[in-house]
Parts: sequence; C-alpha cells; structure tokens
Amino acid sequence: MIPISWILFLSLSLFSIGIFGVLARRNLLFILISLELMLNAVVILFIAGSRYHSVPVANSDGQIMYLLVLTLAASEIAVGLSLVIHMYRQHHHLDIDKLNKLRD
Amino acid sequence: MLETIFIITAAIILICALLTITAHNVVHALLYLVVTMLAVSLIFFILGSSFAAALQIIVYAGAIMVLFIFVTMMLHQGEKSLAQERHLFHFSTSITAFVLCSILFCELTFILFLAPSETSNTILIAQAPAITVKQIGQQLYGPYSLLVVISALMLLSALITAIHISKSAASAQIKPEDTNL
Repeated sequence: MIPISWILFLSLSLFSIGIFGVLARRNLLFILISLELMLNAVVILFIAGSRYHSVPVANSDGQIMYLLVLTLAASEIAVGLSLVIHMYRQHHHLDIDKLNKLRD
Repeated sequence: MLETIFIITAAIILICALLTITAHNVVHALLYLVVTMLAVSLIFFILGSSFAAALQIIVYAGAIMVLFIFVTMMLHQGEKSLAQERHLFHFSTSITAFVLCSILFCELTFILFLAPSETSNTILIAQAPAITVKQIGQQLYGPYSLLVVISALMLLSALITAIHISKSAASAQIKPEDTNL
C-alpha cells in the first residue's frame, strides 16, 4: 500500500526540479529537456489520481489524459527541436540570452 | 515490498532528474533522462497502468529520445560545446533560480504534509481492478472521441510547423555571426 502523499511528493519534487532547469539553464536544448521532466511530473499525477479513484470500478481517465500529454510532448519536441536547429543555423550557438534582438 | 520498490524508484527518478538538469554535456543529460523515463515507467507499472508504462518506454524512451539524440549529433561539437556550456551554466549564477524553486518546493510540501487535509492520510489501494487496453480503447473511441480528433489535429499542425520552420531555415541565407562566447 503506497500512500497517495508519497506519489504527490514525488510529482511535485520532479516538477520543482524541472522548473529549476527552465529557470537556470540558458541552453535551449536543456530547457526542452526540463520541459520533458515537468510533463513527466504531471503525468505521474494523472496516473496516480486515476488509480486513486478506481476503487469500485476501474477508471481509465488517467491513461487517456496520459495519451493526450504524450501527443502534446511529441508535438512540442518536434517544433522545439526544429526551432533549435533554426537557431543554431542562424546564430551558431544555443544561448537564449542572445535572442534579444527583434531583427532578422 | 511494493513500498521498498517505490522508494528506490522515486530516489532514482529524483537523482537522475537532478543530474539531468546539472549536467554540462548534452549526451550525459540525455542518458540520465532516459533512466528517468524508464523509472517513471516503473512507477506506472507499480500503479497498475501497464499500457501507460509500455507507451512511456516506447514513445518517450524510444521516439522522443531518438529525436533529441539526432539533434545532439547534428549540433554537438565536442570540447567546444562543453566549454560554451560551462560558460553558460554555473552554480554561482543560478542561485536566484534555486531560491525560487526552493520556495515553491517548500510551499508545495507544506500544503501536502502540514496543512490539515484528508487526502494526505489516505492510502492508495494497490488491489484495485486492473485496467486493460480494451477498456481504454472503448473509452477512447466512445466518450473521448473528440480528444482523438484534437490530438490528430495537434500532431498534423506540429508536423506542418516543423516542416515549415526547417524549410525556411534551409532557404534563408546563412549569416555567420561572431561566436565569441
């Protein structure tokens, strides 16, 4: 028997680590990796909530939301990595602090 | 028994996530991220969602990681990238972000453990009925059919966006700027 608070603690710890990565890193690739970690934290929360509410009858809503988050993550990574390649071709580095000029 | 496995898996997840965030080499970060994904899939197995666990391994640790590794292979320049990354990310420059995240973490932990609540003491039942793929499919093409359409539209728009961005990047003239990092 696993208390639901353990899973909530795991999820929020992972989310805090992901937010630290988004705030602290300046490389665009690492920011995308941190976003992946945050999405994983949310997904753990969905699955645990679905499990928590599936005592009388089986509840599969969490896994369906997991499918939606998975699709979202795949789309986000496809667009984000194409932006990474575009940025590297234009600027030859991945520092997002250099993207402060609104010009071509 | 299940608690021990859960604690070990959670520790692996948190340690590998911290190593992913603080790594300087992108390849090392991706390897730690793969370990994190596999441990998350083990959490799903413990929670009884075997379909989600299999999808986690196939899609996250398979497809998305392959995308990341391809881009890293295209962009990684060995010691030069490492030197740039050491210049970009340092522990002394990320104290503010660390303090902000610590505040968030303490707040969430306070809400979870210290605030009076009923949910923090309840037990997650591990003997709930298992969810089969057939049930998920029936739900997915019954009451959740709009979700499937929205997911398909989202994937299509992401595909078109990725093609457009890479095409415009290929057709634009490449202006090498000074790379004094």
